Amino acid sequence: MIRVKNLDKAFYGKSVLTDISVEFEPGITTLIIGQSGSGKTVLLKSIVGLYDIDKGEIWYEDTLFNKLAFADKKKIRSEIGMLFQGSALFDSLTVEQNVRFPLDMFTEKSPEEKSDRLNFCLKRVNIINANSLFPSELSGGMKKRVAIARAISLNPKYLFCDEPNSGLDPVTAIVIDELIRELTEEYSMTTIVNTHDMNSVMEIGEKIVFISEGRKCWEGDKNEVLNSDCKPLNDFVFANSLAKKIKADAG
Amino acid sequence: MIRFLTQVGLYFQFLKKVFSKPEKASVYYRQTMTEFVSLGLTSVGIISIVSFFMGAVITLQTAYNTENPIYPTYLIGLGCRDSIILEFSSTVAALILAGKVGSNIAGEIGTMRVTEQIDALEIMGINSASYLVLPKIIATLLFNPILTLISISIGIFGGWAAGTLSGVVTSENFIYGIQYAFIPYYITYSLIKTLFFAFIITSVSSFQGYYVNGGSLEVGRSSTKAVVYSSVLILMFNVILTQLLLS
Ligand SMILES: Nc1ncnc2c1ncn2[C@@H]1O[C@H](COP(=O)(O)OP(=O)(O)O)[C@@H](O)[C@H]1O
Ligand SMILES: [Mg+2]
Repeated sequence: MIRVKNLDKAFYGKSVLTDISVEFEPGITTLIIGQSGSGKTVLLKSIVGLYDIDKGEIWYEDTLFNKLAFADKKKIRSEIGMLFQGSALFDSLTVEQNVRFPLDMFTEKSPEEKSDRLNFCLKRVNIINANSLFPSELSGGMKKRVAIARAISLNPKYLFCDEPNSGLDPVTAIVIDELIRELTEEYSMTTIVNTHDMNSVMEIGEKIVFISEGRKCWEGDKNEVLNSDCKPLNDFVFANSLAKKIKADAG
Repeated sequence: MIRFLTQVGLYFQFLKKVFSKPEKASVYYRQTMTEFVSLGLTSVGIISIVSFFMGAVITLQTAYNTENPIYPTYLIGLGCRDSIILEFSSTVAALILAGKVGSNIAGEIGTMRVTEQIDALEIMGINSASYLVLPKIIATLLFNPILTLISISIGIFGGWAAGTLSGVVTSENFIYGIQYAFIPYYITYSLIKTLFFAFIITSVSSFQGYYVNGGSLEVGRSSTKAVVYSSVLILMFNVILTQLLLS
């Protein structure tokens, strides 16, 4: 369980997030949706502590995370897996070395145990026979999957995904979305996914938080998202003509 | 001016982060070995070539500028030796390395920044500054003195080759000259300068890359800044160190 209370964040005096309060529950994939530039990435990076926040509280279970020193944050960070928008695989390492990296850094496992674990993770995300490839040799969808394997290699309690399906074709995008949702249920992770993709919303939107211009405007699930009376949300949801047509037909 | 001071402050904060306790010594050891190759060994070629030709040209210049019968020709060897040891192999070689290694480091770390690889390290709880930069600093501090020694040897060899082939000095006289009134401390001086310059190149270039904000355009810009700032600092410290060490 992660709780964010009254979070404010500004860059050089320019406010990006204002008074955000939201809770994230274990075993559930919470989607944060909003236009490009609405502050989704900044919110995610603030919650994991990559950005210092200006005001508010971030709780991981009963720990007030944002007040901890770097060394104390480490313990919680070891329970966090994160998937970055551009995958952020280490260029100079192979697929196998990328997934092994957290195991090398944070565990005292034997080489065989590490190999077992990394192969298990790669298999779980359906990457087979690619252990010795470098990130530059992978397709976008494969990169995301390897990044997911790396993110789950230490069995995290919390999983953060920034636009996991940006730059992917719709079919691959759904595969990635489904994978994240399955893993979340399988390991009862508290998962937060940023997206501006309505397909994901309709596919895996158990819980949805809508952000507009740095403020939380709306919260609900995928059934409610189409019928809200929140104007910015409707503008967002019905931005494309297909969605407009469906709504017109239904109405 | 205020921006300059902020940068300086940020630089020292960065160094503090770089020199904080390593996460896992074994991983650092491996990284340092890799950097040995990528920052050190790959520079041997360029340093050798440049040193050979600089030694050659210094010898010819010395010869043609002292075409006076009262100067014995062995002084050509001596002049070549001292120019190479005192200035070329430490300072000029450092400037060349600032161009090669500095842009390489800033480019690599800058790319890691804009592609969020640094964030990925931080999120794992790894001190990214230390993890990425410390091995590079250790590797260059250990390897650049070797490069300097290689440069001195090949530079003097280049001087000998040019001098004897062009006939401005005989082999015996040149070899006599490079041994004449030799002050071993000059080598120490050259190596001390090399250590300072190695630190400047690696830390300044890493700093430029680490704080890139934006995209590939900014990464390119940070590489340029890395080279320019390290070069200027090298020349500044050259004056300071010469005054301190030779006066
Ligand atoms: N490091 C930063 N420095 C200054 N401004 C930033 C920084 N990161 C993001 N911003 C600004 O914050 C706003 C929200 O950005 P972001 O969270 O990336 O949006 P998105 O919802 O597309 O992920 C944008 O206006 C962006 O310019
Ligand atoms: Mg974003």
